[in-house]
Amino acid sequence: MAGLELRGVRKTYGSASLETLKGIDLKVEEGQFLILVGPSGCGKSTLMNAIAGLESITAGSILIDGQDVTDVEPKDRDIAMVFQSYALYPTMTVRENISFGLRIRKTPVERIDEEVARVAALLQIEPLLERKPAQLSGGQQQRVAMGRALARRPRLYLFDEPLSNLDAKLRVEMRTEIKLMHQRLKTTTVYVTHDQVEAMTLGDCVAVMKDGEVQQFGTPETIYKNPRNLFVASFIGSPPMNFVPVSVAGNAQRVSVRLNSDEGTAVIDAPGLDPALIGRTVLLGIRPEQIALNAHGERSGQEHDGAGVPTRVLVVEPTGPDTLLYAEWNGIKVCCRVAPDQAPAAGTASIWTIDARRAVYFDPESGERLA
Amino acid sequence: MADTRRMLNRVAIHGILLAACAVYLVPLLVMLLTSFKSPEDVRAGNLMTLPVEWTVIGWLKAWDTVSGYFWNSFMITVPAVLISTLIGALNGYVLSKWAFRGSNLLFSLLLFGCFIPFQVILLPMSFTLGKLGLANTTTGLVIVHVIYGLAFTTLFFRNYYVGIPDALIKAARLDGAGFFTIFFRILLPMSTPIVMVSLIWQFTQVWNDFLFGIVFASGEAQPITVALNNLVNTSTGAKEYNVDMAAAMIAGLPTLLVYVVAGKYFIRGLTSGVVKG
Repeated sequence: MAGLELRGVRKTYGSASLETLKGIDLKVEEGQFLILVGPSGCGKSTLMNAIAGLESITAGSILIDGQDVTDVEPKDRDIAMVFQSYALYPTMTVRENISFGLRIRKTPVERIDEEVARVAALLQIEPLLERKPAQLSGGQQQRVAMGRALARRPRLYLFDEPLSNLDAKLRVEMRTEIKLMHQRLKTTTVYVTHDQVEAMTLGDCVAVMKDGEVQQFGTPETIYKNPRNLFVASFIGSPPMNFVPVSVAGNAQRVSVRLNSDEGTAVIDAPGLDPALIGRTVLLGIRPEQIALNAHGERSGQEHDGAGVPTRVLVVEPTGPDTLLYAEWNGIKVCCRVAPDQAPAAGTASIWTIDARRAVYFDPESGERLA
Repeated sequence: MADTRRMLNRVAIHGILLAACAVYLVPLLVMLLTSFKSPEDVRAGNLMTLPVEWTVIGWLKAWDTVSGYFWNSFMITVPAVLISTLIGALNGYVLSKWAFRGSNLLFSLLLFGCFIPFQVILLPMSFTLGKLGLANTTTGLVIVHVIYGLAFTTLFFRNYYVGIPDALIKAARLDGAGFFTIFFRILLPMSTPIVMVSLIWQFTQVWNDFLFGIVFASGEAQPITVALNNLVNTSTGAKEYNVDMAAAMIAGLPTLLVYVVAGKYFIRGLTSGVVKG
């Protein structure tokens, strides 16, 4: 049974002709972790509020565990939400914050105490139970906010950018904890973020959104390896995918594209491209780790089903775990990710080899995937 | 050199502050001194001299005359302040957290209430109270004060609640809380500073009101401000300045007391939201 299903969800504010959500269709199996990712203003928070019932939708329907909840009040949807600002009740202690929902629902006192104890143990916040939110650090407030969501054992968890107010180190820690928690509890979860690392690491499936539409919906792996359009390809991945305009050449039997650098030229096979495109300019997309450096400067492209481009390194950026090299192909800056011990000095010329099987091609006008 | 200059600055600043204090406090001092003098003392002495003989005759006589009106003022002020604060808080809650189509327009119109000179509404209001059968009653006066206090209390609470994140309301709704539960269990407990502002403001306004008191109440139902005026303006017999001064002190004490007790919240509430944090 689907944990959450959205059917043609649309949202228009007031009399505005602009739609915030333009027909969203998503289906997530029970117990799965869905990520909604996209730039600000893409409608992901609106969609989240719509799922929670905090905002009405103009058309379509929302189903939780197979039950249509489109017209159900938020409190009756059996949903818990963690907010970016935590939204802890400032006048209540941590214990009261966690138990508020249970008390409103007239849960027996013993059950409430049990539930608070369980949640506090799970999140390791037992020593904080009698404190007020103002006396907690950001990370502790974050835990309490999650505790409040966990206490009711809802059918669906909603996370609205829960980590974006934490510092970098804590963010990574909490990310792992959220994943661990989900593996343990197996509750259907929807998680909104604009951070593509969170999207990749946490989700069972990811919906990349832009302008109120789902651009691509699939597993993180599919979205990373097989982006459906230019936007998805550029949004997911850090450093982002390189996009180089190339002109298509060759004949019906063998389609290829051409890459120029100051050092020379390479012709790269593009077997997936339609021969009808010959003569046109397309965008070649290649991720920084899909470019390999040939240490000895020999041509070895043919052997790897790839092609070598003689390239001079312009800038070297060591990040620690790996080093980023920048160079220019067809007048566009490209980035290549290598192991630190393989990094040449700036100014060194060598052969950069593209993994041609993984290269993707996009229409420069529409942004649609060509191959 | 620098030390001398700083010293001089200090002296100048403190001198100005002391002078300003004196301007405010000397009348109070004169009132207090006079209220403790005997009538003979008042006639013989100079305004600033200490009483020859300290006596509370003036205070006792003043209390005898105005005590009934003092309680009248309480009967008017306490309900008017509480009701206008509560309704103002609810209004502010709705206007900031449950905005509806036209709620901003409604709020702007409500703000006109802050600027209407009260003289303008005297006749229509007395006509309305007459129709309602509330003319010359304490209830009527309370209603008038509540209505004209609402503009201010709504403004206070609306602006305070606008600064409270909407996520708090959303979280409470998902937790299962309804309109009034959110208001009474979440918002109101965090409103202490603005409640204090509203209480002090309304208490001062209503207690010190003279115009509504003299127009909409009569005889035994009059508030103390009107009674004080009547006392001071009596033209029969010798002027009893000690009694006048004591009565004026009695009339002024409650607002003074409210400010002393809740003043720190007043300052805090007025400046809250000015800087973040």
